Amino acid sequence: MIVRRTLFLSGVAVLCAWTLAPIYLIFLGALGGPNLVAHWPKPFVPFAMSFGALRYFLDIQGVWTATLYSVEAAALCMLLSIVLGIPAGYALARFAFLGAVPFRLMVLMTRAFPVAILALPLTVTFIRLGLYDSPVGVGVMHTTLALPFAVLVSASLFQAIPNEFEEAAWVFGCSRVSAFFRVVLPLALPGIAATAIFAFVISWNEVFAASVLTVRHRTLTAYLLSVLSESPLHVQFAGGFLLIVPSVLFVFLVRRHLFAAWGISSR
Amino acid sequence: MAEIVIDQVRKAFGLVVALESIALRIADGEFVALLGPSGCGKTTLLRIIAGLETQTSGRVLIGGRDVSSLPPRKRGLAMVFQNYAVFPHLTVRDNVAFGLRMAGADAAKIDKQVGSAAELLHIEPYLKRYPAQLSGGQRQRVAVARALAVEPAVLLMDEPLSNLDALLRLEMRAELKSVLQASNTTTVYVTHDQTEAMGLADRIAVLHSGHIEQIDKPTALYRSPRSRFVGSFVGSPPMNFLTLPVQSGKVQLGAQTLAVPAGAGASVVLGIRAEDLDPAGDGLAFTVRVTEPLGSHTLLTGETEGQQVRFIAESDARPAAGAVIHLRPRADRITWLDPQTGMAWEAAHT
Repeated sequence: MIVRRTLFLSGVAVLCAWTLAPIYLIFLGALGGPNLVAHWPKPFVPFAMSFGALRYFLDIQGVWTATLYSVEAAALCMLLSIVLGIPAGYALARFAFLGAVPFRLMVLMTRAFPVAILALPLTVTFIRLGLYDSPVGVGVMHTTLALPFAVLVSASLFQAIPNEFEEAAWVFGCSRVSAFFRVVLPLALPGIAATAIFAFVISWNEVFAASVLTVRHRTLTAYLLSVLSESPLHVQFAGGFLLIVPSVLFVFLVRRHLFAAWGISSR
Repeated sequence: MAEIVIDQVRKAFGLVVALESIALRIADGEFVALLGPSGCGKTTLLRIIAGLETQTSGRVLIGGRDVSSLPPRKRGLAMVFQNYAVFPHLTVRDNVAFGLRMAGADAAKIDKQVGSAAELLHIEPYLKRYPAQLSGGQRQRVAVARALAVEPAVLLMDEPLSNLDALLRLEMRAELKSVLQASNTTTVYVTHDQTEAMGLADRIAVLHSGHIEQIDKPTALYRSPRSRFVGSFVGSPPMNFLTLPVQSGKVQLGAQTLAVPAGAGASVVLGIRAEDLDPAGDGLAFTVRVTEPLGSHTLLTGETEGQQVRFIAESDARPAAGAVIHLRPRADRITWLDPQTGMAWEAAHT
């Protein structure tokens, strides 16, 4: 009993350290000022907390516009992934159609295709389509990265919902469509929210495609990559810190929806 | 007011035939149980009536209306599922009201019918709870209340009690019967449990590998099975079957001589229930092998003429293994069967 408990707690400790330590180091670098960045060993709490680096970073010209572009691209990516991914996932979960297995595999295979190879043709195509150098273009590109996850995750979400719920809905007066919206969707909602956030975070964090596909209308990551390489280290940390804040906040906000579904608390 | 007519319904999944030309007429207000072992097609038949499965050929009529190609919501029925299928994201009240809301009933009607269904099944204290906060038996009640709240013309039940423990099952069975008798709904009830079917149904349809083997009132089915299969599937213990030689139109059972149906061949099968054997000094010799005291009676398993026979003795009987008892079958409870086809003689030759 004690051994199991110790194992469990040490597992929790290792996982916490794994996620929290880098975040904490970035936090120190961002708030500790220029001296602390080069200092070792690091103090546990930055005694001379200063928001100087953050303010300096936020005052860099174009950061706010870039943030707005990032949000636009990420929101579009999230929206498209959900709108396209959920019907595909539902089809995979509920219908035994010809080629379901190859389709599932193909969806996954798209992730195996390196974006670097696509960079040039993609740029040319986007210029032709008028999508180049716009958050919409970046959002569409990011959708291709997030969509496979959206499809496969929502397929397993729907698979986990017993058929009988849907059949009961049909018997008690629902059409196929209304049964989906009244019964299946509410049951899958926590998982769909997680998928949506995941799509948002994929787009928010993506830097390569965003750098290739934009010149003046850069998303935050792409913008920082080009600007921060010439900035002092603590400002780079400040940039990194501000980049991870939205992801962490987002996950915290929807945490309740992810884990506490319909009166069943996470145990 | 809904009679169900199943008109030559056939169902094949690829090359596998699940149902072969089923014809069945269920009268308005009647309770019919579809009884059979797993894989006999009983659930498939129920799902075809519900519209959750499409028949390969044939028609289903409910209340004189051909519903063969209608979706489930347009068939005017309600269903109770084996795993309850109570919506976990809705409260008990919303679950029970679901069908009425979908039908566009007004608030007063919903309140009234949800209230009476909840009262009938004693779930009023839980109306505000979520299904996850209920036990299996309570969820079962919610599922039945949800089905009854819409006041359906036809109620379909797919092994509704099979997930409950034995005691609760017995209790729910009695309750279900009284509730359904009061509602006077045409009910089709799928089960593999013959006591459930016997206790609940007005008529039982025994299904066996895709066809209806026999359909009759529970007692008739029990007393005069149409085939060996029905005799051994219905009733616990199963019916005894003795293959006996025929000599000039008669069989000899100890001192007892019985006339066999005309036209029987060299041998005939005698079917007799374990409780329809009486101890008699000049009866058939029965050698006891196993004695099982079951409280209300004692079940004896042994041999007669080299064939296995079960006999229900009174509850204090404790014969030792190897003891010989003489038994005489009650002449009016005998079923004669054809040894070749396994069919009852009257059924096969009339």
